[in-house]
Amino acid sequence: MSDGRFGIHGGQYVPETLMNEVINLEKQYNYYKNDPEFCRELDELMRNYAGRPSLLYYAEKMTKDLGGARIYLKREDLNHTGSHKINNVLGQCLLAKKMGKTRIIAETGAGQHGVATATAAALMGMECEIFMGKEDTERQALNVYRMELLGAKVHAVTTGTMTLKDAVNEAMREWASRVEDTHYVLGSVMGPHPFPTIVRDFQSVISREAREQILEKEGKLPKAVMACVGGGSNAMGMFYNFINDPEVRLIGCEAAGRGVHTAETAATIATGTLGVFHGMKSYFCQDEYGQIAPVYSISAGLDYPGIGPEHAYLHDIGRAEYVPVTDDEAVAAFEYLAKTEGIICAIESAHAVAHAIKIAKEFSPEDSIIICLSGRGDKDVAAIARYRGRDLHE
Amino acid sequence: MSKVTDAFANGKAFIPFLTAGDPSLEKTEDYILELEKAGADLIEIGIPFSDPIAEGVVIQEADLRALKGGTTTDGIFEMVTSVRSKTQIPLVFMTYLNPVFHYGYERFFARCEEVGINGIIIPDLPYEEKGELLEIARAHGVDVISLIAPTSEQRIQKIASDAEGFIYLVSSMGVTGMRSEIKTDLKSMIDAIRSVTDVPIAVGFGINTTEQAGKIAGMADGVIVGSAIVKMIAKYGAHAEQHIYAYVRMMKEAVRQSEK
Repeated sequence: MSDGRFGIHGGQYVPETLMNEVINLEKQYNYYKNDPEFCRELDELMRNYAGRPSLLYYAEKMTKDLGGARIYLKREDLNHTGSHKINNVLGQCLLAKKMGKTRIIAETGAGQHGVATATAAALMGMECEIFMGKEDTERQALNVYRMELLGAKVHAVTTGTMTLKDAVNEAMREWASRVEDTHYVLGSVMGPHPFPTIVRDFQSVISREAREQILEKEGKLPKAVMACVGGGSNAMGMFYNFINDPEVRLIGCEAAGRGVHTAETAATIATGTLGVFHGMKSYFCQDEYGQIAPVYSISAGLDYPGIGPEHAYLHDIGRAEYVPVTDDEAVAAFEYLAKTEGIICAIESAHAVAHAIKIAKEFSPEDSIIICLSGRGDKDVAAIARYRGRDLHE
Repeated sequence: MSKVTDAFANGKAFIPFLTAGDPSLEKTEDYILELEKAGADLIEIGIPFSDPIAEGVVIQEADLRALKGGTTTDGIFEMVTSVRSKTQIPLVFMTYLNPVFHYGYERFFARCEEVGINGIIIPDLPYEEKGELLEIARAHGVDVISLIAPTSEQRIQKIASDAEGFIYLVSSMGVTGMRSEIKTDLKSMIDAIRSVTDVPIAVGFGINTTEQAGKIAGMADGVIVGSAIVKMIAKYGAHAEQHIYAYVRMMKEAVRQSEK
């Protein structure tokens, strides 16, 4: 059995063509993560390019309106490129550069990871190609153009369901055909080892900062931290430095789409079963013969039939809770946060906001909870308008 | 000697691939018999998967057509039962790990033994992970075929020395599909494999012309062709018999010529 297990999950289920590449990636990562020069360069990029640390904002109006826990928002939406994705991308692109790679490829769902990757590639002078499901290129046309402005080539993937999973398939195929000069910047805590660990480490800056910030503001730990989960990178980043604080509940909010009792859902923990796909053992939405199910969510970034292996493990051992949130609830939370706090967040992040709205009252006003606001919502405005019956002609 | 290795006993082997259920399981059965009649020595039967990451577009589309047509793993086992009543040619499955994992390793390989499947190729099950099913497959007489790629380098030795049935030598980087030219230095990879094992070596990925087949058969023990046949089935649907026969006959002849 390979390394990189989280309980029974994880592993390295990739074609032989990629094996030496993932083994080398692990070796190089283990070297550079402890290299003072690498750490200094990354820290510099995080501070002076991405704009870290991100704010931990006390949402006072929301707190008063909901009448329960003091609600804090970890403002990853304020990072350069508008989401948490930049944390991982800067780390991986810097690593790729140190490894001598000149070209990077990536998959993207909502386009946030693609935009972040195209941005880092532009900054570091690397060639960049992004794979995006054709359906997603249509619902996120603005992000396609942003990537092109940044110098990336965007491939609209027309195979399968034409969404995020197909974009991952195509990026893996491309990587297998050209590994010598190319690094695949996987965007979430998924895929074959060492990706789930690398992405989690680069995203763990979210909870490292949030833990310090909340202790400074509140003098004690929060009762819960919550984040949306597709593959689960912002959630893993938000959870990681709280895993050893048993009094802090870790809550992942999955995209239930039209509901977990319908076929139009992407809630993997709620509806999935154990499987092996995209290089990892974990939970997946699949049929009785192990064919991967077409999933659905209003959010292109959560429209993925699996979940990262470390989340699957945190679920197995009961350390984290995973709850489904429907399209309706997410859209209502998107609008609520805009009107209450003046923040237009990503529809992905709105899934976490929706759950916070549901449970805030369960806590006492002396307690705090933190919602990871993983991204900003400019990209979603047209889709939300459409959901409400207005066509904005982007 | 395993039944899979038997396929290489009468000289260089020609190994065709087709996707089960494309255009229907009934036709897959007919086409398997046609492949044998045309000179195939071993046949790879693809169990379609929704997300075949090692396949090029031709086999991806065949997989999706087969699944859309309602093909299931159980249906394929039944089809193989029927095929087995008509031929003793070695048969191997090619599929991805999830359909096997989800069926249950014990249940899957017990069914393979029951219906007469002799081996299995799983592209997303590398050397490091195959331990989770190897003993179960062996207990049911199913060879787990190892793949070696142009990037395998120092891994060749350990993969080859553990190999059974035959070694699937991947000719090119990337995914399956027809290529006009195969640039990999196959000769030195074959020498590296030969230094550790006598298990037969069959080369696949990209091969579609008689010229390529002849050249590769000159170095290896067998030639695998998938996309060219699947493309023919995509074009002629339920009426591909004579096209398959003519093509395989020609390819087998090219493979045979290389022995002279």
